[in-house]
Amino acid sequence: MVAVEMKGITKRFGAVTANKQIDFDLRQGEIQGLLGENGAGKTTLMRILYGLYRADEGQILVNGKTAAIHSPHQAIQNGIGMVTQHFALVPTLTVAENVALGYTHGFQINPKSLQKEVGDAAERFGIEVDPAALVRHLSVGERQRVEILKSLYRHARILILDEPTAVLVPQETEMLFQTLVRLRQDGMSLIFISHHLNEVMEICDRITVLRDGRVVGTVDKAGTSQAELARMMVGRDTFGVVRQEDTCGNVPILRIIDLSAFDKKGLPALRNVNLEVCQNEILGLAGVSGNGQTELSQVLAGMLKPSSGKVLVGDKDLTHANPAEVAACGVGRIPEDRHNSLVGELSVAENLALEDLAHFTQHGLMDSKAIQANAVKLIGEYQIKASPNDRVHTLSGGNMQKVLLARALVNNPRVVIASQPTRGLDVGATEYVRSRLLDQRKTGSAVLLISEDLDEIIALSDRVAVIYEGRIMGLVQAREVTVEQLGLMMSGALEVQNG
Amino acid sequence: MARWKIERLPAPIWMRPLIPIAAIIVTFLLTSLLLLLAKANPFTAFYNFLIAPLSNSVSAIEVLVKATPLLFTGAAVTFAFAAGYWNIGAEGQLYAGAIAAAAMGISVKGLPPVLAILLMIAAGFAAGMAWALIPALLKIKLAVDEVVTTLLMNTVILFFVSFLLNGVWRDPISGWPQSPTIANEAIFPKLIPMARLHLGFILAWIVIGIVYLVLRRSALGLRMRSIGLNPEAARFAGVNVNRTILTAALVSGGIAGLAGMSEVAGIQYHLIDAISPGYGYTGIIAATLGGLNPLGVGLASLFIGLIETGAQSVSRAMGVPIYLGNVVEAALLLVTLSMLILQNYRIRRS
Repeated sequence: MVAVEMKGITKRFGAVTANKQIDFDLRQGEIQGLLGENGAGKTTLMRILYGLYRADEGQILVNGKTAAIHSPHQAIQNGIGMVTQHFALVPTLTVAENVALGYTHGFQINPKSLQKEVGDAAERFGIEVDPAALVRHLSVGERQRVEILKSLYRHARILILDEPTAVLVPQETEMLFQTLVRLRQDGMSLIFISHHLNEVMEICDRITVLRDGRVVGTVDKAGTSQAELARMMVGRDTFGVVRQEDTCGNVPILRIIDLSAFDKKGLPALRNVNLEVCQNEILGLAGVSGNGQTELSQVLAGMLKPSSGKVLVGDKDLTHANPAEVAACGVGRIPEDRHNSLVGELSVAENLALEDLAHFTQHGLMDSKAIQANAVKLIGEYQIKASPNDRVHTLSGGNMQKVLLARALVNNPRVVIASQPTRGLDVGATEYVRSRLLDQRKTGSAVLLISEDLDEIIALSDRVAVIYEGRIMGLVQAREVTVEQLGLMMSGALEVQNG
Repeated sequence: MARWKIERLPAPIWMRPLIPIAAIIVTFLLTSLLLLLAKANPFTAFYNFLIAPLSNSVSAIEVLVKATPLLFTGAAVTFAFAAGYWNIGAEGQLYAGAIAAAAMGISVKGLPPVLAILLMIAAGFAAGMAWALIPALLKIKLAVDEVVTTLLMNTVILFFVSFLLNGVWRDPISGWPQSPTIANEAIFPKLIPMARLHLGFILAWIVIGIVYLVLRRSALGLRMRSIGLNPEAARFAGVNVNRTILTAALVSGGIAGLAGMSEVAGIQYHLIDAISPGYGYTGIIAATLGGLNPLGVGLASLFIGLIETGAQSVSRAMGVPIYLGNVVEAALLLVTLSMLILQNYRIRRS
C-alpha cells in the first residue's frame, strides 16, 4: 500500500528551480532514504510535503486520496509529521509539556495527567524519554526523541526525518535507528533524509536519489551498493573545460602534515591528513560532503585552529596563522560558503578592497579613487556583471563567486584553495571558474580543488585524493582513475595505499 | 476575496524628510485625547511644544544646550553600533568622564586656559575609555554579552558617584553632595554672552564630523562596518575582529566621556548626582532616529533637544503637569522610530 504519492512536483525560487517534475512515493511500513548532495532539493521536497512550501505544480496523494497540504497544520491532519535539524522545543518546559504544547484540550492543564498521558504514549511507541524531565537538561539525542514523540502524539503515521543524524554522535545514531526500526514494525512509514551513504544503506528499504532537483532513480537496498549510490548522487554532465597539458610540476609548495582538527561540535573532523600540492599542479580532493572538507578548507584559510599537525607554504609555517597572515603569504582562498565570506551590505568595490586594505589606505583614510579603479579593473577582467557600487547581496551566485575569485587571485597567489568552487553555479559561470583555475595552474600556482563533483575533479586535476570521515583514503593519478573507483573510495569501501 | 500582504520595499528617498512631519501629525492624533482629559487645548499644546521653543532666542538657545550632550552620546553609540558592538553603557561612560573632568577642573588652576581645556577634553575622553574597557575585554576575551555588562556598569558608577559626593568630595563650603567647583580656567567659554550655550556644542559637532570621517572614509571605518554587517566574512577577509571591536568600544566610551566632561565644564562646574537625566540612553534613541548616520544623529539630537525643551514649555505655559509633556515626548519618539521601520514595508493586494 502506498502511504504518500507526490506527482510531478515542481518548485521554483525566483530563477532557481529547486524541484523539477519530481515523482515520489512512500509505501506503508517502509523506511525510504532520500539521498542527495546539498542543494539537490531533498529538503525542499519534504517541506512541500509538510506544508511549509507550496509546490508550483504537481499534486500530493495521502493514502490514495488527493490532499491539500498548505500548512503544517494540514499536514498533521493528514497524519504527516516532520522532525527537522532545528528542534522546536521550549527548553524551560518539561518533556510532557513540550509534547502536548498546542495539542491540549480545554483551558485547564493538569500536569500529573499530562505527564501520565505523554509517558503512556512514549511507552506505546517504544521511545525512551522521561516525561517529567526539563528539556534543557536533555542531550541532543534525547531532544530529537522528544521531537519524534511530538509527531507521534499528534497521530502521525508518516514521519519525515530531515538529516536526523547530522546532529548526533555515533551512539545516539544507533539508538535513533533502533527507534526507527521499531516504528516501522508498528506499520509507520518513514522518510529518512541524508547524504551519508552508509547510514542510508543500513536503515532504509528503498532509496530515492535526487540530483539538481530531479529524481535520478529509486532503488531497492538489496539491489544496490554504496558505490552505485555515490555515482548516482554526484555524477553530472561534464562541461567543456578540461585540462589540456599533462606535465605538472614536482616542487611541493603546499604541505599538509599530520593535520587533525575538530568540528564545531567538538568531534574529530580531520584525522592525520597528509597532502602535498606541487607547483603547476591541481590536486583534487574528492569526497561526499561532511567528511572533513569544510574543516580542512577552514584550517587552510586560517579560520580554524587545528588540534595537531602542520601547514607549510614553501618554508613558511602557517599552522596557526590568522586569515590576514595566510592571505599575505600568497594563499588565495575561494571559500565554500559564499554568503559568509562577502559582506552583502557593502559594495562590490569595498568587498574587493577588504582583504588588502592597507594597499588602498593613505594616512588611515581610504583612497576611494584607487578602490574604484581596482573594482573597475577586476570587474572587467573577471566578467562580473555588476557595477562597483552595487551591494554584493544583489548579485547572482555566479557573480558573487567571481567577486571572491577576483579577490583571491588578484595578487597571483602561490597557492589556491578552491572549496566547492562551482557549487550551485550555472553552466557559464561553472566553465568560467574552472578555466580560471586551469589558468592559475599554468602560471605556476599549487591548486587544491575540494569538490563533490567527481567529473569536475577528474577533468581538472593532475592527482586526486579522496577523503572519508576525515581520513585520506588514497591518492591516485587522475588519468588512471575511474568514477567507480572514486565512488568506492568515497564510500569508505576501498583504500588505496599509493598513487 | 481580496487578500493583502505585507512586503519589504523601502520607501523612496524623497519620503524620508516627510517622516518627522508625519510623525508629528500621528502623535498629535494619538495624544490629543490625553491633553483634552487634562483640560488643555491640543492645538495650543502642540504650538507650545514645537513652535514656541523656536519663537524666542532664549529658548531656541536652550534647545541647542539640551542637544549638546545628546550629540556626544549619540555619536558614541553610533560609533560602537557601526561595528556591531552594542554599547548600552554611554550613560556610565558619561559619568566617568564627568568624574575625571571634576577632578581635572580643580587641579588645572593657574594654567593657561587653552591648555586647561585641552587637559579637560583629554581627561573626559580617557575616563570614558577606561570605563568602557572592562566590558570590551570581557567581550573579546570571553565572549560575554556587552549589552549586559555595559548596562550593569552604569549602575556601578552611579553608586560610585554617590559615594564620592557623600564622602570624600562633599563640598566643604556648601555642604551639598557636590564636588568642589572647578577652576575658572577649566570652564568652557560661552558662545553667546549671557546664555548657557558653550564650547561643548562646537566640540560635539567636531566629534560628529570626525565620526563621520572615520566611519565612511577610513580603513578602520570599513573594517568596523564589515564586522557589524557580517563578522564571519570580515574575519575571512583578514580583518582583526577583536582588535577592531576593542578600538570601536574604547573610542565609543571616550566620546561618551566627553559628554560628561562637557556638562561639567560647560553647565554645572562641579560633579553632581544628577548630571545626566539619562543622556546615555537618549543617545541610543538619537542614534537610532538618525539611522546610525552621524549627520542624521546630529539632526536627531537637535530634534530631541527641541521636544525636551517643548515638554517643559508646555507644562509651564499651560499649567499641565510636567509628566504630560514627557508623555507626548515619549509618544513622538516611539511614533518616529516605528515610522522609520515601517517605511521599509508596504501593503499590497496579492
